[in-house]
Amino acid sequence: MDWRPRCALDVMHERAEMLIAVRQFFQQRAVLEVETPLLCHATGTDPQLDFFSTRFNDPPDNPRLFLQTSPEFAMKRLLAAGSGCIYQICKAFRNSESGRFHNPEFTILEWYRLDFTLQDLMQEVAELFEHLVLPRRALQILPPISYQDIFQQTTGLDPLVFDLPMWQAFVRRENLHEAIEICVEDHGVWLDFIFSHVVQPKMKAGCLYRVYHYPALQSALARIHPENPRLAERFEVFVDGVELGNGFRELTDADEQAQRFDREVAWRRQHGLPEVEKDRRFLAALQAGLPECSGIAIGLDRLLMILLNKTSIDEALTFPVTRA
Amino acid sequence: MATYSTNEFKAGLKIMLDSDPYSIVENEFVKPGKGQAFNRVKVRNLKNGRVIERTFKSGETVEGADVVEIDMQYLYNDGEFWYFMVPDTFEQYQADANAVAEAKQWLKEQDMCVVTLWNDSPLSVSPPNFVELAITETDPGLKGDTSGGGGKPATLETGAVVRVPLFVQTGEVIKVDTRSGEYVSRVKE
Repeated sequence: MDWRPRCALDVMHERAEMLIAVRQFFQQRAVLEVETPLLCHATGTDPQLDFFSTRFNDPPDNPRLFLQTSPEFAMKRLLAAGSGCIYQICKAFRNSESGRFHNPEFTILEWYRLDFTLQDLMQEVAELFEHLVLPRRALQILPPISYQDIFQQTTGLDPLVFDLPMWQAFVRRENLHEAIEICVEDHGVWLDFIFSHVVQPKMKAGCLYRVYHYPALQSALARIHPENPRLAERFEVFVDGVELGNGFRELTDADEQAQRFDREVAWRRQHGLPEVEKDRRFLAALQAGLPECSGIAIGLDRLLMILLNKTSIDEALTFPVTRA
Repeated sequence: MATYSTNEFKAGLKIMLDSDPYSIVENEFVKPGKGQAFNRVKVRNLKNGRVIERTFKSGETVEGADVVEIDMQYLYNDGEFWYFMVPDTFEQYQADANAVAEAKQWLKEQDMCVVTLWNDSPLSVSPPNFVELAITETDPGLKGDTSGGGGKPATLETGAVVRVPLFVQTGEVIKVDTRSGEYVSRVKE
């Protein structure tokens, strides 16, 4: 029986130290640690996220509950209620995600900073990485680079201008011609494909990348750039080409949020995905008023993996899903 | 034939791609936190052994390849085909030069091989890891040399040429590792 932990025993100590260092970092900055439920009445509508759900034995409704895919909605409800700056270290669950960089149950560090711009938050991410990573391994912190710049520099293509014949010619040259069939005419899928297959693998090892201003069609829960509607105020964090975090200047407009939910609910229906209702309590909180803020989630298992130069997330976990 | 979803992908699974049978060597799940999931796989073409990389959209299904590996006895070669038999059923298969490929230099009548069938016809042949073959020709070695250092070429009964120690003589039977093509030992008759 494979009853033993998958990770080496010293990895448990490294994890404990990482968590202490995270808590220290936020305590020094007077950011409050909070807890929100893992089991919730609502979940995100994002069609790319598959959830775990169960029935709560609570007659007469016996409602369906979801294991959260992210603590975002609950934390924003706290912000709207006046919590001030907050952070959380918690588990999140994503069904169908399993591989070298994915375990369906994983640990998230998520935090929100009132009145922080995207630039402010990118600066704080660099400081957190200096605090966590530098004592353990070398890391070169590169200046933030825009999505458009890094995409163009590695591929010669402008991510904001969806020129299908040019993109098709590009993937043929890169020997990735299957992209033509997979992505068809979907700009968003093309971006995901080229970014994950060409841009990420070409990132320099040992460097922290902060890639900002994602195309607006990949805004997720980020605000659209007030001066340039083609851009979203969203950034991502990468080390060794591995995605570690995703941050937003948060969307505070309740109507726009409801519209984005409606679009995703409709997309799910159209593509035969499990139906999800929009989170009414979250929308009510936005209606009441979410303060201007920026927030980010970092995958701590992946961060630990990078910190210790491991090649798979399993090596950073005591019991990955196969032996959980 | 069955179809497989990308979440059933694992090393060893046999699938059809561009009308050829392939075996999955490695499967990597690629997914941006917000965005489309893909499976990036390394696959080996079972006809020519070449390994390529290919991406699938996660959730997509792929046709399985009707590929089975069966232990068979090598019977004979008629100049065009190599004939193999399943011992239990006496069922016979003929394999062409493409299918036997490199294996042909190790095939000795009666030896057991693994024959890979695709749609019931031989696609490839794996000889046993070790074969015992007689030397038909090699230079006479120096008397008294038992060190094995240096070595010399020896032609075997199947036509294969391997390097053997100087003390090994024509007519002797030797054991050869077919994976490396290297001499292992002399076999006492």
